[in-house]
Amino acid sequence: MSSETDFQPTIVGLFCKWCTLAGADLAGVSRLKMPQTVTAIRVPCTGRIDPTFVLTAFEEGADGVLVGGCHFGDCHYQEGNYNAAKRMALMKATLKDFGIESERLRIELISAGEAKKFANVVTDFTDQVKALGPLQWNGYKKRGDWANE
Amino acid sequence: MDTKREVIGLMSEKLKFALFWGGSCGGCEIAVLDTDAGILEIAALADILLWPVAVDGKFSDIEALPDKTIDVCLYNGSCRNSELAHVAKLLRAKSKVMIAFGTCACHGGAPSLANFANSEEVFDRAYISSVSTPNPDKIIPQRKVKVPEGEVTLPEIYDQVLPLDHVVDVDYYLPGCPPHPDLIMTAVGAIKSGNLPPKGTMITDGTTVCEKCPRERTEEKKIHEFKRIWEVTDLDPNRCFLEQGVLCCGPATVAVCQAACLDANMPCRGCSGPPPDVRDQGAKMISVLGSIVDTEDPEEFEKIMSQLPDLGGVFYQFSLGSSILKHKR
Repeated sequence: MSSETDFQPTIVGLFCKWCTLAGADLAGVSRLKMPQTVTAIRVPCTGRIDPTFVLTAFEEGADGVLVGGCHFGDCHYQEGNYNAAKRMALMKATLKDFGIESERLRIELISAGEAKKFANVVTDFTDQVKALGPLQWNGYKKRGDWANE
Repeated sequence: MDTKREVIGLMSEKLKFALFWGGSCGGCEIAVLDTDAGILEIAALADILLWPVAVDGKFSDIEALPDKTIDVCLYNGSCRNSELAHVAKLLRAKSKVMIAFGTCACHGGAPSLANFANSEEVFDRAYISSVSTPNPDKIIPQRKVKVPEGEVTLPEIYDQVLPLDHVVDVDYYLPGCPPHPDLIMTAVGAIKSGNLPPKGTMITDGTTVCEKCPRERTEEKKIHEFKRIWEVTDLDPNRCFLEQGVLCCGPATVAVCQAACLDANMPCRGCSGPPPDVRDQGAKMISVLGSIVDTEDPEEFEKIMSQLPDLGGVFYQFSLGSSILKHKR
């Protein structure tokens, strides 16, 4: 179906300012090719990422969420990326419990110098989310529908 | 709307209250009676026009009222079928103030765990597949049946358990499973004096259960393994449960209960739902675990977490209905 090949996933990126976002900027400045599917949101550290952000992103229309932080041992605030890794692991399991593909949430550790890795991850993740298709957010009635009956 | 004046009403007239139970266990009704002498204060303050479990009242009388005649309606229980939604809308039209009373009305409550299935799966489990149900002909109740007098119908079961604010506009939230009698009297006091908080306020006793917990937090929490409460033979009754490796939902649960369970040596189950500024109780507890489970090794983390096989059932035990994801796809 042409609508499937035309599907451009909406991906929300939660990137730490010290590493991944710097790597993203370097990728941009270096004019590396990658799909323009990611809306980047800067966080001071991936440890700041409340798991609620991931759910809210999906609720607001994201088909995939990409979390990018520093390599283990390099976190500007020591442990933030470890906490993020733990939280995202639990979020993936939670998504699965709710019947949402856990592959829609991905966490990658990308440093400020790894522009190529950033471009590769964005390309790969876009392909992965494209294959999963648009997120069927709500198969049931939406809030307020019942009020209109 | 001048809430103060309208709720006080004419000084010589009693207020008009209504209490109704949706998808409810009856505990919220008991909680109102648990106010002991408070029920006398409520009876002196208001005429109760509808309270199916306790006083005589007819829906036809409620339907005949002009809109906004009832001063305060306390609706407890969730909405899971068309009849409950219909009554919610009826009472909303006839009431000035609608309070979502109890965790089920505020968040869906424990019954909203049914949202991990749809109504077809629920019916299958209840009538066919459960071991204790002898039903070899696989008979399932139907919505309509023809009888000599005509056709009779049952309400439509929704696929989802809904908190009250998914069906009608809610003025205040009073969570608790059930609400603490002291908090109920706080709300009654506010109604009596006319000093109602801004619309949409959740009536609470503080921030989270941790704030009210009688146990001491002695050190930074570092969990290396989770223990069931019966597994800890040297449990310190004065120390934080999480510090001792026993799972407690206090950090993500609103303070409305005076930490009653903690006082009785049981960890918090999260039965009052999240604080008002927390959108998703489960996500918040996941955030807590990310901080306090003390390992940097992903494999070790997975091993520790395998001790908690049903995080969704534990962390959304009372608030699945109001959570962001709400139901299984």
